[in-house]
Amino acid sequence: MTTTELTPPRKGGGRRGRMGAGRQLHAGPVTYVVLTVFALVSLAPLVWTAIAASRTNHRLAETPPPLWFGGNLFKNLEAAWEQAGLGTAMLNSVIVAGTITVSTVLFSTLAGFAFAKLRFRFSGLLLLLTIGTMMIPPQLAVVPLYLWMSDLGWSNQLHTVILPSLVTAFGTFFMRQYLVQALPTELIEAARVDGASSLRIVWHVVFPAARPAMAVLGLLTFVFAWNDFLWPIIALNQQNPTVQVALNSLGTGYVPDQAVIMAGALLGTLPLLVAFLLFGKQIVGGIMQGAIKG
Amino acid sequence: MKASPYAFVAPFFLLFGAFSLVPLLYTAWYSLHNVQLSALDHKTWAGLDNYENLLSSDFFWNALKNTLTIGIISTVPQLLAALALAHLLNYKLRGSTAWRVVMLTPYATSVAAATLVFTLLYSWDGGMVNWILDFFGVDPVNWRESDWGSQFAVSSIVIWRWTGYNALIYLAAMQAIPADLYESAALDGANRWQQFRHVTVPQLRPTILFTVVVSTIGATQLFGEPLLFGGVSGSKGGSEHQYQTLGLYMYDQGWIIGNLGKASAIAWSMFLILLIVAAVNLLLTRRLRKSQ
Repeated sequence: MTTTELTPPRKGGGRRGRMGAGRQLHAGPVTYVVLTVFALVSLAPLVWTAIAASRTNHRLAETPPPLWFGGNLFKNLEAAWEQAGLGTAMLNSVIVAGTITVSTVLFSTLAGFAFAKLRFRFSGLLLLLTIGTMMIPPQLAVVPLYLWMSDLGWSNQLHTVILPSLVTAFGTFFMRQYLVQALPTELIEAARVDGASSLRIVWHVVFPAARPAMAVLGLLTFVFAWNDFLWPIIALNQQNPTVQVALNSLGTGYVPDQAVIMAGALLGTLPLLVAFLLFGKQIVGGIMQGAIKG
Repeated sequence: MKASPYAFVAPFFLLFGAFSLVPLLYTAWYSLHNVQLSALDHKTWAGLDNYENLLSSDFFWNALKNTLTIGIISTVPQLLAALALAHLLNYKLRGSTAWRVVMLTPYATSVAAATLVFTLLYSWDGGMVNWILDFFGVDPVNWRESDWGSQFAVSSIVIWRWTGYNALIYLAAMQAIPADLYESAALDGANRWQQFRHVTVPQLRPTILFTVVVSTIGATQLFGEPLLFGGVSGSKGGSEHQYQTLGLYMYDQGWIIGNLGKASAIAWSMFLILLIVAAVNLLLTRRLRKSQ
């Protein structure tokens, strides 16, 4: 099985400076041109979403398609907000993704710490189980989840969507890989000699050491939970949707106006785009720190 | 102190077990039953009926074929483009972080939002893609109805969302390649392309294998893109089921047709396919280790 490895924080100049320095060549004009093309392809659909959202349904059916903004943006945003229930959806998605993120980060850090630094029976086996199950697709869980939900009368309630996603195997493995290197074992032993309880050790030693990885895992988990699709569209309906469920209703003919649909897509993506503007550097760093080892 | 390691892993395993591992087994159990959406309390033993039903169903084989085709035409170009992009991002760049963030923005766009936009870009009347094709004198393509057209369109959404993400993973691995490997290759007279082929690619091999596995897992469960691309009749994957994937077929059988037992059998077929992929991966990794 292939494994990912998170490298501990770089110290002054660090790994990359030393190993990459001899290799890093200066980019020529061609590199910039090709990168610009990649950047345009990455951004154009998003920009065009905003353009389409500022037009009318009628205009979007005409050739050539609009290439610049029209005057209907706010009208369409308002329509999407009201017709697709995006207000409720946004609030629901914040609650769902927020709860899942806090829980995943907390429990992954605890379990990751135990796997990284404590010795206990079956730890190797349990870790292997965790890694092995990272590849199980969500489709393998939704039928039983649906039957339980129906039994309990929990359909269309937010906790139905939250509960199955409270932890991920990826999160635990991610924190384990980080803490193996970032948390000196002597530090725990010293705290123990001083008579600190397990909880105190976690609070005063483990959490401070794990903080950078916890932040990265939090961001990745939030993006993942915000965009989760399969189980929410089974468990929730248009009366109490998450953003993705509301967008799904938009796309399946709930609203026939293409400009309004684009306004909905824009609104549903906006929170994550803002998060990317604010934390883009950290998210990029986090994905790259999940650097790969065979 | 003795008990605490278990206290630390317990919340994770309780939640993970209850909502991932137990359902996995229950899905297997239900796949051996007749479970209808309309009568959830009446589960009757069906043996292997659901599986036999699948094997003799044209729609199942069609979905399997579509999953495979879309998987290949979305993964191969995506990873090649990611490799090229990573190579470019590995140069010393002005504003290197900004470039990386830009390449990652599609990853922040949800499946639903991205698919809604692409569906409009690919529309027959006034769609951007056909307009651009027309500009170059190419006849318009019916991206919704044609076989390869719709499969290409669905794949392009996957490619758009994941290329930047994979590029960052390759980039991280490239930056970990020791510089002296390139120096000695240069001393041997290798040009840039030869260095890329004989130093970069072999060094990236474990990473490439990893991204292939992750992409394969993603491709096997592909669901949201074809569902929303299909619009009102989304779960059928087009009028001729031309882009109905296994994930979509499962949803259609389970929640549109209402046969949850059969849906469970489809889910387990997907799982078996992934196990085969994992076994092949393990074999390849072993062989790689040996040859090194």
